[in-house]
Order: sequence, then C-alpha cells, then structure tokens
Amino acid sequence: MTQAEKKDLAIKATKVRMAVIEGTHSAKCGHPGGSLGAAELFTYLYFREMNVDPADPKAPDRDRFVLSKGHTAPGLYGALALRGFFPWEDIMTLRQIGSHLQGHPNMNMTPGVDMSTGSLGQGVSAAAGMALAAKHMGKTCRVYTLLGDGEIEEGEVWEAFMFAAHYKLDNFVVIVDKNGLQIDGPTAEVMDSGDVVEKMRAFGFEAVEIDGNDFDELERAFKQARETKDRPFGIVMRTVKGLGVSYMENAVEWHGKGPNDAEYEIAMSELNGKLAELEAM
Amino acid sequence: MAEVKKMATRDGYGAALVKLGEEHEDLVVFEADLAAATKTAVFRKRFPDRHFECGIAEGNMMAAAAGAASMGLVPFASSFAMFAAGRAFEQVRNSIGYPRLNVKIGATHGGISVGEDGASHQCCEDFALMRSIPGMVVLCPSDAVEAEAATRAAYEYEGPVYLRFGRLAIPVFHEEGMSFEIGKGEVLADGDDVAIIATGLMVYEAMQAAEALRDMGINARVINMCTVKPLDTELVLKAARECGKIVTAEEHSIIGGLGEAVCAVVAESGIPCRVKRVGVNDVFGRSGPAVQLLKEFGLSTENIVNTVRAI
Repeated sequence: MTQAEKKDLAIKATKVRMAVIEGTHSAKCGHPGGSLGAAELFTYLYFREMNVDPADPKAPDRDRFVLSKGHTAPGLYGALALRGFFPWEDIMTLRQIGSHLQGHPNMNMTPGVDMSTGSLGQGVSAAAGMALAAKHMGKTCRVYTLLGDGEIEEGEVWEAFMFAAHYKLDNFVVIVDKNGLQIDGPTAEVMDSGDVVEKMRAFGFEAVEIDGNDFDELERAFKQARETKDRPFGIVMRTVKGLGVSYMENAVEWHGKGPNDAEYEIAMSELNGKLAELEAM
Repeated sequence: MAEVKKMATRDGYGAALVKLGEEHEDLVVFEADLAAATKTAVFRKRFPDRHFECGIAEGNMMAAAAGAASMGLVPFASSFAMFAAGRAFEQVRNSIGYPRLNVKIGATHGGISVGEDGASHQCCEDFALMRSIPGMVVLCPSDAVEAEAATRAAYEYEGPVYLRFGRLAIPVFHEEGMSFEIGKGEVLADGDDVAIIATGLMVYEAMQAAEALRDMGINARVINMCTVKPLDTELVLKAARECGKIVTAEEHSIIGGLGEAVCAVVAESGIPCRVKRVGVNDVFGRSGPAVQLLKEFGLSTENIVNTVRAI
C-alpha cells in the first residue's frame, strides 16, 4: 500500500477511536479499551478488505464480519458509521433507549451488523456456520471474525476451530486480538492461553502472529489468508489495549467504563492532535 | 380395541426431513454425533451433502446453525433434548432466539421414556427452558404422523422452532395427511365434565383415560396441545368455561411446562376452574424399560383417571 493510502487509513482509524470515545462518554459506560486497540483492524476490514456496500447492507453475496468479542461494539460502530452504514451522529446515542446501537451488536437493529453477538465464544461459531453455508451455496464471499484473547478461554471457541478445520473453510479468517488484558487482569495471570498461534495450527489453521496496530502487517496477513487453500486462516494480532488515549493504554481498568467529562476532554484533545498530525503529513 | 400401529415420533421427524429435503434445496441438517438415534441418518443417506456433522459439540452446532440460517439456509439442528435445550441453552437463547434466526431445533429423546439410559439423558426441563425464550415456538407431537406434520409446519414457519420428539414407539392415531397449524390445539374427544389437556405421548394416554372415565359416567374433553408455545389460549379458556375442571398431562416436569402454562392462563382469566397437573413431580428419572418407568412416574392412563376423579 502507498504512503497516501496508509495515511488515509490512519486518519480513519483515528476517527474510529474518536467514535469510541464519543460513544462511551455519551453512554457513561461501554468498552473503550478493546475497541481502541482494534481500531486499525476495524478500519482495515471495512475500508480495504471486505466487499460490502453501505447502500445495500444485506446484499446476499457480501463478505461477513462477526464481532465475536461483541463488547467492542463501539469500535465496530465507528467503522460502520465512517463507511456510511448510518449517520455519524448516531454514535452519540450508544447504549441509550431508542438507539439502534445496542451495548452489544444487534443484526436486526444496526445496518451493517451481520450477527448479534455479545456472549463470548458464540460469534466464532456463527461465523464458521456462515462460512460453511457460503461454501455450500457456492458463494465466493468471505467471512471474518474477531475474538478477544480472553474470549478464547471459552471452550466453544475450540469447538468452532475444530469445525472450521474439519470443513476446510478457506473462506474463513479468525482474528484473535492479543492485547493481553481481560477484566480480572492480565490474561497470563487470569488463565494463560499460552502460544495461541501454535494452538491454532494444531487445530488445523494456517496461522500467523502480527502487530495488529500496523497496517502493513495487517495487509500482509490478509493477503496470505486469501492465498491459503483448504484450511481456515488465523491471525493472532498483538495490539495495545486503549491505544490512542494515553491514560487508557494497557490499563486494565479501561476495559469496561466510559470516560467522564474531564477524561473525555483529554482523550479528544489527544485524538484531535493525532488527526492534525496525520493530516499535516 | 384393535392393535394399533406403534412408531416413535423421532421416526416421523426423520421421514419428514427426507420429504422436505426433496422439496426444498435450502433445508440442511446439523447433527451432533447422534444421527442414528435422532433419525437424521435417513436424511444423511439421501442427501449426504446437506447433512453437516458437528461432532459432540452442541453449543457450537447451535450457533453455527444460526450463522447458516443468516445466509438463507434452513437448518434443522438435532441432538437429544437434554443437550439441545440443556447443554446449548445459551447458544439457542443468544444466537438463535435473540436474533430470531430461522433455525429449527429437532430435539429427540425428550422425557422419561428415554428409558434405560437413565436420568442424565431424560430431559424433563426442555419445555421450561425453551418456553422462556422470547419468540420461540415449542412443539411436541403426539404421534409419528403429527411429528411429520409438525416438522413440515416448522419448516414453513419463518423463525426459531423447538421440536420435541420421543424415543419410544407409541400408538399412531392420527390419519396420514392430517392438517396441522402451529398454535392450534386439537379437540380429540368432546365432553364437558372435565378437560384433559395433554401433549406428546400423554395425548394417547389421555384418550384412553377419557374412555375409562366415560364408563364411570364422566365425560372428558381431550385436547391435544402439540403447540406448547404459543399456547392456544382460546381453546384453554373455552375448556375452562365449559368444563370448569382441567387436568394437564405431559412427559415433563410439572415446573415450567404445559401444566403451568395452562394454570397461568386460567388463573389470569378469572374463570372459576380448577387445574391439576400430571407430569414429572420435580424429581429426576432413573434407568429402566420406558413403559414401566412411565407408569412408575405417574405418566399413565391410570394416573390421569385418578387425577380427574380427585379434582
């Protein structure tokens, strides 16, 4: 990708981060940490990788994305709004009565959401079912899902991994967001999942580990995923939870709470600074 | 009485899947390593490319079926009731019920009549679990013919449906080609001294009970309530009004099943009517031949008769 393209993506990722802060500040709750860390991934998927059309969000042959770690909905909503699936102003209604932006994604309320998720471990199964159905129906569309590195403690995730490999779902890309933190602390202390790349390989995946906050590495991985045949593809991406807002970075307490007014001002000023810096490049 | 043909409702399910499969390309089956027992094996034999084995992983199977439904397929996901409704409850609730995806859950081996396998496999809680999910349709056919009709109706209905079938061969009393409508009870015998509202294999027992009661001078109305949810409240209230006494009968816990559903409707109506429930009395099952177990747990003609006489 060219420098100009990369700059454009970086600007968009910064705007996705702003949506995360706007939404969780307005709601006074929500999950900013994981949403911020995966901003590059959301941006890359919706602006580079996936075949989707905001004017026809239910197009039968579109690519699908299932946010298995549904609590990072603010990040997904930011990318969807930026891509034009619904007005940017809707972000400010996150988690409020009457809003289509539920605390966790709802496929029947929000344009662009392909599966209702939130209960950890289930989205990956649904996504695998979609990939199987796509193959069965002769569709060429691809299915993507994002899991948390805490989420993979759910046994169902490994059931889904076996299923995906068994059915040779090479239209299926599983991304694991390895930010190293979950609600009760570092994943290594709560429940150490060890070498996830090796585990995915052992389950029949082609798998790579990358820096998930780096667009070049994301591009390389998704390209490799497209070239992989007869097996599902795993991307274990290291990210910095809370990236882009200094006091949220690698801070476990920002997993699930919204910034207050003062914290909001700091976050937005940092993100606006980043935006100005990128635009001046 | 002439010897009646006996067949398990799960056989009606398997036969229906094949027939529907011939008619509808989009019908697929998801199975969790029990194909011979759930009878999806007959579908697998005819349509091997449309039968997806998921292994012993019911949670993944239910959510994967939900994903497949979102793509436009009509998956029938099968396992034993214990694992379909029990083990995978939360997947059914969150990935099928909440997004209202078009998955049909074909749960076999419901109730005590599983027999020798014992309590771990005798699911008497599935109505309670499935009824509590908003929008979930719950069907429990009374014979193999109705099982086939209910399976067809489930396919034609747009939205999640839980179908409960049995392992035990039971009398077939419906005529082939019967009409079936989700949400409508079926009056099998008229009478206005008491109404027996039954579902599943207890329907035939209720009919037998009504015959025995007639000899005692009690005219019992028999209602086959295949649709446990949404309940045919109109028919229940009509029975309450005209009979003033209702006995419910189900191969399920008395907690959370058809009996409680009927009680709720009658109690809230203000119609003076007593209701008594025949069901599994808040206990676990155990091993033994199904027919003997049913008697032992009070799931019998005799117990319905006694309950009617005691009301």
